Amino acid sequence: MTLVTRRSALKLGLAGGALLATSPMAMAQLRIVVEGANFQPLPIAIPDFASSDPTFGREIADIVRNNLRRSGLFLPLDPASLPVQVGDVNGTPNFNIWRTANVDALVMGSVERGGQISSSVRVWDTRQAAQVVGKSYNTDPNSARRVGHIVSDAIYEQLAGGSGYFDTRVIYVAESGPKANRTRRLAIMDQDGANMQYLTDGSSMALTPRFAPNGDLVTYMNFADGNPQVYLLQLSSGQQQRLANVGAMTFAPRFSPDGGTVVFSVEQSGATNIYSVGTGGGAPSQLTSGSAIDTGPSFSPDGSRIVFESDRGGSPQIYMMGAGGGNAQRVSFGQGSYSTPVWSPKGDLIAYTRQSGGQFHIGIMAPDGSGERLLYSSFHAEGPTWAPNGRVIMFFQDPGGNDGPRLMSVDIWGRNPQTISTDTYASDPSWSGLRA
Amino acid sequence: MAIPAPISTALRAAAMLFFVVVVAACSRSSNDAVGLTGAGNLGPGGGAPGSQQEFIVTVGDRVFFETDSSSLTSEAMSTLDKQAAWLNQYQNYRILIEGHADERGTREYNIALGARRANVVVNYLVSKGVNGQRITNQSFGKERPVAICNDISCWSQNRRAVTVVQ
Repeated sequence: MTLVTRRSALKLGLAGGALLATSPMAMAQLRIVVEGANFQPLPIAIPDFASSDPTFGREIADIVRNNLRRSGLFLPLDPASLPVQVGDVNGTPNFNIWRTANVDALVMGSVERGGQISSSVRVWDTRQAAQVVGKSYNTDPNSARRVGHIVSDAIYEQLAGGSGYFDTRVIYVAESGPKANRTRRLAIMDQDGANMQYLTDGSSMALTPRFAPNGDLVTYMNFADGNPQVYLLQLSSGQQQRLANVGAMTFAPRFSPDGGTVVFSVEQSGATNIYSVGTGGGAPSQLTSGSAIDTGPSFSPDGSRIVFESDRGGSPQIYMMGAGGGNAQRVSFGQGSYSTPVWSPKGDLIAYTRQSGGQFHIGIMAPDGSGERLLYSSFHAEGPTWAPNGRVIMFFQDPGGNDGPRLMSVDIWGRNPQTISTDTYASDPSWSGLRA
Repeated sequence: MAIPAPISTALRAAAMLFFVVVVAACSRSSNDAVGLTGAGNLGPGGGAPGSQQEFIVTVGDRVFFETDSSSLTSEAMSTLDKQAAWLNQYQNYRILIEGHADERGTREYNIALGARRANVVVNYLVSKGVNGQRITNQSFGKERPVAICNDISCWSQNRRAVTVVQ
């Protein structure tokens, strides 16, 4: 493959699109096998991105390196150790010097700040002497970090399969103050902890925020009215309103996959049942009945079923029912209790919190309850949320005492537990989909 | 703790009636007796008869639950009997029942559990003659612990329903 070939391909119809040129030779072998006990992260060389502002070029490369390292699937090499310090997206690399340096995967990027931010990236398989990724992106100048995340997603998708999850945000509860009287506010940040902003002022306690699929609407539990009630909050406008007026207390909300419905718990006279209501209003529909606590509802990604927790059999366990309610079937049968079930966006797994043996565990299982695996265990760990690719789970863990909760992530193979850095204690993460 | 003369007679009468009720229900707490031996001679911090302070210190404003349970223990029922008697005596107060859970559960479930506990207490007080129209209840889940440590000595204090007179 030569530079001329790629430029020809660009002219053949990709000039306005996202793809840089590729060629038939780009069917490279370089690929991470993500499963398996003997997994080793893929070493990858990422020189600083070429830029007329070298500091900016290094900053964007750092975002990419950090994302890929935190995924646990890649091992970005020390940039200072590389035979080439700054990327070049216009030429073909000298593969021999990279092979000599034992580098199989090489990322060459450039980034420029103008009216927009433009970035190009090529990923090379040095053994095959082939390009595996070639793309260009433009983002608005106020979201410089996003371009680093978008580039990271492109690399991840090509080398690790599936879709990426770096160009995403997390909404969570920021906690501060003494434990007996803690202030709990909604906050939002990029998935790597950057660009944090508070969304509520802390005058009333806010818990369990959940993103709508469109990433602009959030539903959460607000104590402003005394008992907690489910609210809707629009991020773009800052407008918020109570969702429904039913029962004594409404809580544990979550959106349907199409974003048009919220499923939530309603407490009345000590009994807690699951209801649904359209985000535009209307009369809520009751989906479960009885005197038990039914809560933590979560839709399947096709919208046909709802998984939830109930203590109707004694301790809290996970149950499954149709989206219209009725005929719930128990799916968790292990020792201890199960709560906070959340359906993977891919549909293949349900993540949950399990309590057993004096510990809390974050686990996953198939929707029929089979194949249970505990991914993380500690004194207190709770509240899983899925990355949009269904491979990474974020949750919160709390050492107890006067200390407070922190956000963590772990992958579905139980590898790579990571703490997500936040300014305050943090709980109840909800991971957005990939940003539009 | 001296009580102004113009109302002392009525208060003393109220206190004496309360004394009878309390002794009938439970005489375990020494404060019960000390605090009611006579107007102007209340125990330390016991509060004036009919005061919020008296309710908290002398009657007892909270009951405790077993893990993941909303059943009233015999001790809890004893405390609620005293609360009901006091609340029936002093009808000017509105009543908020707060339901709480310990931190050994998940957030949403504990919100529901706190509500269930609060409702059990409301129902009990109503069964003892307290007018339900006076009572509201709220769940705080596990978000407002009073005892902070990593063992049952704290958790058992946090699994509670608190009767707030206001």
